[in-house]
Amino acid sequence: MNGLLSVVRRLGRAVIDGVWRLGFATRFFGLLLLYSGQSLRRVHLTIREVYFSGVLSLLIIIVSGLFVGMVLGLQGYETLQRFGSGDALGVLVALSLTRELGPVVAALLFASRAGSAVTAEIGLMKATEQLKAMDMMAVNPIARVVAPRFWGGVISMPLLAALFSAMGVFGGWLIGVVLIGVDEGAFWSQMQAAVDFRFDVVNGVIKSVVFGAAVALIAVFEGYDCTPTAEGVSRAITRTVVSSALAILALDFVLTSFMFRGQS
Amino acid sequence: MSRTTLDLWVGFFVVIGMAALLFLSLKVGNLASANFSESYVLKAQFDNIGGLKVRAPVKSAGVVVGRVTNIGFDTGSYRAEVTFVVDTRFQFPRDTIATILTSGLLGEQYLGLEPGGDVEMLKSGEAVQITQSAVVLEKLIGQFLFNKAAEAPAN
Amino acid sequence: MSSESSATLVQLQDVRFAYGERVILRGIDLDIPRGKVVAIMGGSGCGKTTLLRLIGGQLRASGGIVNVAGQNLARLSTRELYALRRRMGMLFQFGALFTDMSVFDNVAFPLREHTDLPPELIRDLVLMKLNAVGLRGAATLKPAELSGGMARRVALARAIALDPMLIMYDEPFAGLDPISLGVIGQLIRRLNDALGASTIMVTHDILESLQIVDYVYFISEGRIVAHGTPDEIRASADPFVQQFIHAEADGPVPFHYPAEPFAPSLLGPGAA
Ligand SMILES: Nc1ncnc2c1ncn2[C@@H]1O[C@H](COP(=O)(O)OP(=O)(O)OP(=O)(O)O)[C@@H](O)[C@H]1O
Ligand SMILES: [Mg+2]
Repeated sequence: MNGLLSVVRRLGRAVIDGVWRLGFATRFFGLLLLYSGQSLRRVHLTIREVYFSGVLSLLIIIVSGLFVGMVLGLQGYETLQRFGSGDALGVLVALSLTRELGPVVAALLFASRAGSAVTAEIGLMKATEQLKAMDMMAVNPIARVVAPRFWGGVISMPLLAALFSAMGVFGGWLIGVVLIGVDEGAFWSQMQAAVDFRFDVVNGVIKSVVFGAAVALIAVFEGYDCTPTAEGVSRAITRTVVSSALAILALDFVLTSFMFRGQS
Repeated sequence: MSRTTLDLWVGFFVVIGMAALLFLSLKVGNLASANFSESYVLKAQFDNIGGLKVRAPVKSAGVVVGRVTNIGFDTGSYRAEVTFVVDTRFQFPRDTIATILTSGLLGEQYLGLEPGGDVEMLKSGEAVQITQSAVVLEKLIGQFLFNKAAEAPAN
Repeated sequence: MSSESSATLVQLQDVRFAYGERVILRGIDLDIPRGKVVAIMGGSGCGKTTLLRLIGGQLRASGGIVNVAGQNLARLSTRELYALRRRMGMLFQFGALFTDMSVFDNVAFPLREHTDLPPELIRDLVLMKLNAVGLRGAATLKPAELSGGMARRVALARAIALDPMLIMYDEPFAGLDPISLGVIGQLIRRLNDALGASTIMVTHDILESLQIVDYVYFISEGRIVAHGTPDEIRASADPFVQQFIHAEADGPVPFHYPAEPFAPSLLGPGAA
């Protein structure tokens, strides 16, 4: 009886804490947008963050994209040729990449590569009182530190996702056409007939922008909100990766059901 | 790292990111040739549209000339009403026949337009009058069996 | 009520503050006259850093009035507070240098953020400030490559980069060798006089600070327990002051953080 009560009490506290954090996160996001104009005017701050979250993620994105495409090529061909439609390999590779795998896998990689780094950086700045010192120097940390990192992520993500998809298509081509010997013409023409620019490519880009914003927001918030100790920072990093992954997959479901519902 | 090398890297990143987007748009999404910048709307009613879907291609003589944009049900006539857009470069006579066809035996269904000989062309918003419904495989098989059954006693 | 031109730059009236349930300050009255160097002393954890945060507007008093340059901090908007802070410099207790920037960029940071000075001028100003703390040669180092005392001196240079009207030092002498300690002490005094600024200095180094300050406040248990000029302090018979000057372990200033009596808790919960 007593144990049950304490479980209920702990559950209640967790819920209240969660709602509280959510409220704080919302206010934080509002402030972030409010001060964004100020920081976007100093464009080199954001360019620096595009370097840290975008350029430094290039390698992992390119390599993973290539491998995912190659796996799609192998597995896709294996399945398709059972139905005698190995020629449709291009369609399978391109559609799965532009619609789903490109944005989702690139965002997951981005969260663990760049998101965690952003959380660590902001968290450590908080733990060592750098944010307080900045605030004391009449420089708003949200405008100077948080907003550039957020926009750096939002800008990098669609480019990384596009790169991932392009590398994936290339990987699929490498396996399908070069290695297995699917007809090159059929590979491309079937792909081009089936992939629609507005419907597939643009929707994929929209997804990656949304994922980029979600991951970047989670990363800067976890860093800004962390307990200012070594342990607190490390926990915040873990939370960034976990909540980003959950947010990406949940948002993907929501977006997919809006974008592709009742069609094809 | 000085600011100039950093800028160079970011520039490089943006360029290859854009190149990837361009590749996806042009080579994969085939934006260049599937560009219905100017199009007009046509309608057609069918008894049965089979498995026709929104966004299915509209073809004439095998060439894609447009896309299906909407599929509705007319409660007055109890028929399916298909709305589709056609590129303005392609004009069709008023007695054009709209047919629902299938690419291959089990492939996707599309809307075929077979031009007639009228001198007047269809205008935007008008309906194609002569239509031919989808071939429904079950019906076909049913008919085939029925015919076979009808033939059987004679043999 | 002090105004922009009055003789008092900072005025605290019955200021109270608590972190949640834990009351830290229970009614502080304190004046910082313009142009003077004032030291604040007190045992570890008595709320000195908290007091500086209150004056800087980073914490909000739960009671009483904090007046800086004639403005009640509680009534200021964020924008007005930031305008006020541009004229304040604070040396943080742990330096708080920006770890992703070089020493030079750290000191240049406030100048770049708040002025449109040309880069050559910023360079000259920064090297001047670094020279004042004896670290001009370390301009290209990263904070990670500095010793604790060096980092503190860089932070000091950064705090005075904008020639503020109010400079707050949180333990400027911690981690300094006796030679730098004397030099920095003199530097604090000279800066104050040269800039026409006012200085608040939190410190434990009573002998060094008595040589350079104009006034001293002692804090204990959330209250001002003694105050006076260096001469008055030296002559004081106040037990707090005596304990501080002679560094006695026992006296009115408690060494222990508030806790239950030790003996029962050693015996374990069952013993009670
Ligand atoms: N963020 C916080 N949350 C809760 N309590 C705090 C917090 N910061 C400080 N305290 C408490 O407030 C008291 C005063 O802290 P403060 O940092 O002002 O001490 P101090 O006088 O500067 O000590 P020291 O000389 O050791 O630096 C301490 O007892 C500490 O436990
Ligand atoms: Mg302190």
